[in-house]
Amino acid sequence: MDLILDALKFVGYSAIDVLPIAIFLFAFQIFVIGGRMPNVGPIVVGFVFVIVGLGLFLEGLEHTLFPLGRLMAQQLTDPEFLQSAKISAAAALIWRDYYWVYLFGAAVAFSTTLAEPALMAVSIKANAVSGGAIGVWGLRVAVAIGAGVGVSLGCFRIISGLPLQHFIAAGYLVVIAQTALAPKVIVPLAYDSGGVTTSTVTVPLITALGLGLAEAVPGRSPLLDGFGLVAFAALFPIISVLAYGQLAVLRQRVDHSDIEPDELQEEKDHAL
Amino acid sequence: MKNSLIALSRDALGSLRDLTPIVIVISVFQIWVIKQPVSGFVSLIFGALLVVAGLTFFIFGLRLALFPIGENLAHSLAKKGSAFWLFVFAFVLGFGTTIAEPALLAVAAEAAAVAVDAGAIPATDEARASYALGLRLVVAFSVGVALLIGVFRIIADWSLPVMIIGGYILVVIATTIAPMEIVGVAYDSGGVTTSTVTVPLVTALGVGLASSLRGRNAMTDGFGLIAFASLTPILFVLLYGTILEWI
Repeated sequence: MDLILDALKFVGYSAIDVLPIAIFLFAFQIFVIGGRMPNVGPIVVGFVFVIVGLGLFLEGLEHTLFPLGRLMAQQLTDPEFLQSAKISAAAALIWRDYYWVYLFGAAVAFSTTLAEPALMAVSIKANAVSGGAIGVWGLRVAVAIGAGVGVSLGCFRIISGLPLQHFIAAGYLVVIAQTALAPKVIVPLAYDSGGVTTSTVTVPLITALGLGLAEAVPGRSPLLDGFGLVAFAALFPIISVLAYGQLAVLRQRVDHSDIEPDELQEEKDHAL
Repeated sequence: MKNSLIALSRDALGSLRDLTPIVIVISVFQIWVIKQPVSGFVSLIFGALLVVAGLTFFIFGLRLALFPIGENLAHSLAKKGSAFWLFVFAFVLGFGTTIAEPALLAVAAEAAAVAVDAGAIPATDEARASYALGLRLVVAFSVGVALLIGVFRIIADWSLPVMIIGGYILVVIATTIAPMEIVGVAYDSGGVTTSTVTVPLVTALGVGLASSLRGRNAMTDGFGLIAFASLTPILFVLLYGTILEWI
């Protein structure tokens, strides 16, 4: 009974989120574009599915992944646990002793990114627009690897206390270099991948990890150092998706090593 | 009806596959690293079923509603030939979907706590609330501007890499002049603005627009709107922090 009431509550929240957007879209159609909206029946049904689906999804996460993930983030950053897992000979904990945190950060970011509905939406669209050349699964794995590496590195930054902006600036330098080298068709999609990784599923967990870590490491302030993990999770997928495009080109070049240079750009674009 | 059921069950299988890595990661860490029993097993199983069902319904509704409506509106606006309404649409979509974003509410509240801690604002509820509201307005405004610029770029056919990289150079410059305590908040606010409902709509808008304008490629010109929406909040929040410090 409680669960049903709970489900109604979550579907209500998601309706509050989605309905204003739906009303705006319908109003725009009626007052600005004029005329009847094509396929209005399926669209209304679809909105109901989106609202109910998002509500159940969030309720399910609230019962499973969020409490477990937060608890695990707390336990892994607990000073007692860290002492027991210590591998260095130094008197105090040094950055290497937090290896479980790096592993957990990478694994959690990777797996939650794969389940991120916004990323699924972009992958489905990219797959359709590219005529099937960009695989739904390939793109999502590329993005998830980027998010995993990013969060792991973000944890290292919190532990080491190095400035956030140095990492971010260096990351963007890599992005600039890759942009010049990667096939042109992948670039806009890669830039978009940064924003879509950090959404409903990933953000609550990595925020909990960041805050737990900033509390556990001596000399860090949760308020100042707890922030910034989301930024890492948003930056590194750009790099990994560009790399995914570059890899596709490399693979093709190995296959047809006798192609003329002027066909190279075209080949780059077809590699995906 | 039969086709919908087939599509729905295919989406359900997809959701199961998508959620398997999370189950593996949580189990491995729970069993081998933390080694503590988990309470409430029934609730966990039930919750997992809800996650699978919810994800399935969402993806199904996405194909039925969010993609078609975004693309239809983009096509109609392009056919109407009114850049003005296209800009209005883009701005309101960005502003409206961001101002109520739950992730942004959470970040804004924490950012207010940081500001109190740093002595930037007095430690009263009133000052905190107005700081958090100010931050939310700045972020929502910046996302509206981002979609407006992004739509303008698709119409004008400007280079996306040049604009985005130029934007990040501005971010680096703004970082050096902004107060320390705002930097982390600003960088994170770029990531939290693009929510689950906004992303499909914005993607459909970009792709729909690029495919209805002559000489544009849906792949190279249609994507990129979300990239702007993750960039401008960083820049605007850094500037907001800087201006607040000056006055």
